[in-house]
Amino acid sequence: MGPLIPNDIITGDWNFVIAILIGIAFGFILEASGFSSSRNLAGVFYGYNFVVLRVFFTAVIVAMVGLLYFDYFGWLDLSKIFILPTFLSPMILGGVIMGVGFVMGGFCPGTSFTGIAIGKTDALFFAIGLFLGIFIFGEAYPYFANFYNSGNMGNVTLTDVTGIAAPWFALGFTVIALAAFWVTAEIEKKVRKNMKEYKF
Amino acid sequence: MNKNNNKRPHYLNPYFGGVLLGLLVIATFYITGRGLGASGAVKSTVVETVETLAPQHAESSPYYSKYIPKDTSPMNNWLVFESFGVLLGGLLSGVIYGRVKKFRVEHGAHTTSAKRLVFAVLGGVLFGFGSQFGRGCTSGAALVGSASFSFGGVIVLISIFGTGYAVAYFFRKLWI
Repeated sequence: MGPLIPNDIITGDWNFVIAILIGIAFGFILEASGFSSSRNLAGVFYGYNFVVLRVFFTAVIVAMVGLLYFDYFGWLDLSKIFILPTFLSPMILGGVIMGVGFVMGGFCPGTSFTGIAIGKTDALFFAIGLFLGIFIFGEAYPYFANFYNSGNMGNVTLTDVTGIAAPWFALGFTVIALAAFWVTAEIEKKVRKNMKEYKF
Repeated sequence: MNKNNNKRPHYLNPYFGGVLLGLLVIATFYITGRGLGASGAVKSTVVETVETLAPQHAESSPYYSKYIPKDTSPMNNWLVFESFGVLLGGLLSGVIYGRVKKFRVEHGAHTTSAKRLVFAVLGGVLFGFGSQFGRGCTSGAALVGSASFSFGGVIVLISIFGTGYAVAYFFRKLWI
């Protein structure tokens, strides 16, 4: 049955209406979880606030298990959904650069939009930086076009690469997430004792 | 700053927020066959800007030209509409929880507003630049990519957070 739009159950005319509605839900969840605050987000790297890890890991395991059930019951054809392609070395480098940007800027793109929505100047400056960063990339692209396009493995899944069935990855992520929830809760308790000026 | 902190902000339980976000990822795949995103909307904005100011430059560029549709604007893009929704949704939540206030800078206790803003721009530049190599940011690549079992998604996830922990020490004065 699903995905509904690629299977023409909902016509493509609704695409942009649905995009806005999904975006509203996304922005609401991010803001309501505290992701409009850079101090909340950066906390994951310093042990004083692991809200990012809790929300992120929970979302990943819920979505993984849910997608497998939707596929199992025949509601969603997983072969028809978009799988992010893998360009191995460029994506590792991209992640490294984004990791530094995250710690310096205290936001990621989606969370900065919600920060702007509630009036955070730092979120606005971060988003201006995003614009500049992509512009610089676009202008300098010819210098590293070869690297950018290297390591293309296609739209591969974890199963394609390792031969291990998807449910095992869902199980593995769930176990890691539960362990991380427990360990980080202990760390957070210890770190917060020494932070007086930040209310959680 | 400290005055605002006297009252505990009211947020969703993070596990509840995570369940909602996971369900939204499933719903998005179920309806559209694709995932959420954020950096893609900024890319469309950059392409639109360059296309407007220097159309010949944009069309001859091997990068921008990939994202200029033949019969419509680069802004006529799913992620642009979705990201506009993110702004609205953030505003809605902010209004409900009383967090919408006039523009202000949030920063750690041991840094200044000016320094915070400089690092916010620099961080944004790096994040935007890196997201092009990463084929997406924390939303499209790390979250949705990993959730849909994409190998590259998990690579970006590990790479972003691994690096974050590796370099956090050098930027600690900004936050703690």
